[in-house]
Amino acid sequence: MTRQLLRHGWTAGLLAILALLFVFTKIIQPDFGTSGLDSLSRAMLPFAFATAAMAVVVIAGGIDLSVASMMAVAGVTAAVLMDGAGDGMTVVAVVIVLLVGLTMGAINGALIVVTRVPDIVVTLAMLYVWEGVALLILHAPGGSATPWLRELIVGPFIFPWLPRSLVFLAVCLVVVWVPLKRSKLGLSIYAIGSNDLAAYRSGVSVGRTRIAAYAVCGLFAAIGGLTLTMSTGNGEPIPGPYLMASVAAVVLGGVVLGGGKGALLGPIIAVIILRLVRMDLTLMSVDPNVTTIVEGTIMVVVVMFGGVLAYRGRHK
Amino acid sequence: MTDQQAQTPLLDAKGVSKRFGAVVALEDASLTISAGQIVALMGANGAGKSTFVKILTGALKPDTGHVRIRGTERRVGSPAEARRSGLVPVYQEPSLIPDLSIADNLRLGDTPVADFQHWVHELGVDGLHLDDMISALPLATLRILDLARALAVKPDVLLLDEMTAALPTDLVEKVLDTVRKQADAGQSVIYISHRFSEIAEICDRATVLRDGATVGDLPITPGVEEKVVELMLGAVLDKDPTRTSTAAHRPEGMPRVTVRNLAAGTKLQDVSLDLYRGEVLGVVALEGQGQDQLFDVLAGMDSPTAGTIALDGKTVSFNHPADAIAAGLSFVPGDRADGLLMERSVHENIALPQLARFAKWGAIGMKKEAATVKKAIDRLQIDTRAQGEVQRLSGGNQQKVTIGRWIAAGVDTLLLFDPTRGIDVRTKRQIYLLVRELAEQGAAVLYYTSELAEVPAACDRAVVIFNGKVVDVIEAADADEQTLMRAAYGLTATAAVPA
Repeated sequence: MTRQLLRHGWTAGLLAILALLFVFTKIIQPDFGTSGLDSLSRAMLPFAFATAAMAVVVIAGGIDLSVASMMAVAGVTAAVLMDGAGDGMTVVAVVIVLLVGLTMGAINGALIVVTRVPDIVVTLAMLYVWEGVALLILHAPGGSATPWLRELIVGPFIFPWLPRSLVFLAVCLVVVWVPLKRSKLGLSIYAIGSNDLAAYRSGVSVGRTRIAAYAVCGLFAAIGGLTLTMSTGNGEPIPGPYLMASVAAVVLGGVVLGGGKGALLGPIIAVIILRLVRMDLTLMSVDPNVTTIVEGTIMVVVVMFGGVLAYRGRHK
Repeated sequence: MTDQQAQTPLLDAKGVSKRFGAVVALEDASLTISAGQIVALMGANGAGKSTFVKILTGALKPDTGHVRIRGTERRVGSPAEARRSGLVPVYQEPSLIPDLSIADNLRLGDTPVADFQHWVHELGVDGLHLDDMISALPLATLRILDLARALAVKPDVLLLDEMTAALPTDLVEKVLDTVRKQADAGQSVIYISHRFSEIAEICDRATVLRDGATVGDLPITPGVEEKVVELMLGAVLDKDPTRTSTAAHRPEGMPRVTVRNLAAGTKLQDVSLDLYRGEVLGVVALEGQGQDQLFDVLAGMDSPTAGTIALDGKTVSFNHPADAIAAGLSFVPGDRADGLLMERSVHENIALPQLARFAKWGAIGMKKEAATVKKAIDRLQIDTRAQGEVQRLSGGNQQKVTIGRWIAAGVDTLLLFDPTRGIDVRTKRQIYLLVRELAEQGAAVLYYTSELAEVPAACDRAVVIFNGKVVDVIEAADADEQTLMRAAYGLTATAAVPA
């Protein structure tokens, strides 16, 4: 019960940090408003999907180092398919991109399950494979994105202060994650991450569940790649800095490396926090090299603090 | 006890064999069970019991033979399939997911919640909420939940593996009552236990495994224990004596190690013993009776929850293995991989524990180190062709390295945990001789072995631990396997009868 409290406590704590950061931002940059919020939210989008992708496999007790490469494959696939496409073709392209993501993830998972090579090795190898695939599809930035699709993540939604991109993120995550978490598959993903022997003995098909977790990871990565193309308007075959950022946000978000614990909300809040910190440091014109040091320090301090809290909780 | 005779057997396993590489784990194992029967599955360590259980539950495929449930051949690929085909196991370690709530665990295994709650109540555990996290519950409760979960799916055959281990007495009674009542109502149960008293209380028959084969199937009648022990042992082989002197060492003076009322973890309850210099004190125990915790505590890897340890009469407490080593207690773990640097050389491995000693006079005395290590290697007759990396040595030679490092270091008190597991007979004898020699030089040796036959060969005296408590102290010289087995199974060991 303490742990359950702690899990929600963690998310609540992150929200508090986020609120403080917003206040701080408003103080150092008094004209930070709707447009600032909008650009922050849009810049955060690919990071958020990369983090969601990573979170699912980490909860299942694994890790996927090829997240950024899969995003690149999805991004260029979308850019090529949508180049000069009409409305109908755009929808088809989106569906294809999502299927490509699911397939890439499932291939990662199947390789891990069938070969029994450690996940970190398999996905490190696949990082290069998917990067190569992306370059084969599009050897230089190119293609284009259908305008109405791009509009989905630009500007406010109903209220002037609510960015569309944030709504887009919430809808995508809810549509995939909520049914998943309520299903037996979702439960099985937590189960194999928590204790795979006990899961096996409880009748969970550990291999199939692991493949499914990686497939969901691929799906989120594909949506992430799609948002990249949507926001820049073309496809970029070189993977962006999303791998380490996603691991950082997952850990900061309360998902335990090793599996079984955590959810998506915490990591998503963590993504916003990390982006906001970076933005604030830039606004304060801190040397960019110092920025990364500050980010790293925040992570160590917060995670250590969490460890101390968990330890206290257990020994009361 | 009811004696329902078999119509069509509900579960029928025949001629099951299984080999792992060159090792034959099962030769010809069989088990039949009819509706409403409780059958005890028994066998000494290494008889193939756990492999047989894995085959019955579908975790392993047999090489030959068949397992039929209600007369239909069962092709089992996974525990999930085994569940559907009617055999539900309750394992020694609870198979509940620690990071999920009780309700989620039930959902995962499609367990009917109302039935589950009925059984939890029936088994005498109250005050639980379905949204309690598994990781926050004590072990005894988890075992009860596991049993309730199994009962709730109304299996054809229930397999209980050491169900009452780690349970407090009142819960044991509840469990035994419930299981017997269920059997009288038609539930079939395979009951695995080391405790004869429980088997006598609830079982109808006992199936005995030895060396991978079923060697007997007896109805439970008064006095059947003797017969079962005999079957488990088989023909007792002649053993060359390894002790150099026939007279056992007479303990005298101040004990080197005095343990009083020690308790630790969930299993070690109350152990007292005296270990003297110059003797090899055996520890006899079936698997999981608390001997692991006893050694962990003595080696400074675990803290006791009660009781005291004294060295040469002075009470001590260890916070770290380094404290135990500094006090002169050297621990050789059962798993060689725990104690060795597998990728490093024999030389480095032997030198490691004494680096502190060599370094005391400043830099590591390379020459002195090399000489000491060389002596130890010669003494141990370690095959040095593969000495570059310990992992390339045979298991027996690796084990000699783990003991050899302490010989080179000059050992005072040696804690050996099952040092001869899985190594060949010749090396075993070399190890007995080494241990005896160490004792004769004045070392105190505590020696746990899972092979009862070793006790008379290697030890002077032996303490018998059952259920976390010392139940007997035996002079090893007159301890034949039967005496030891009876004692290890907690059967009232009246004066040992020499064979």
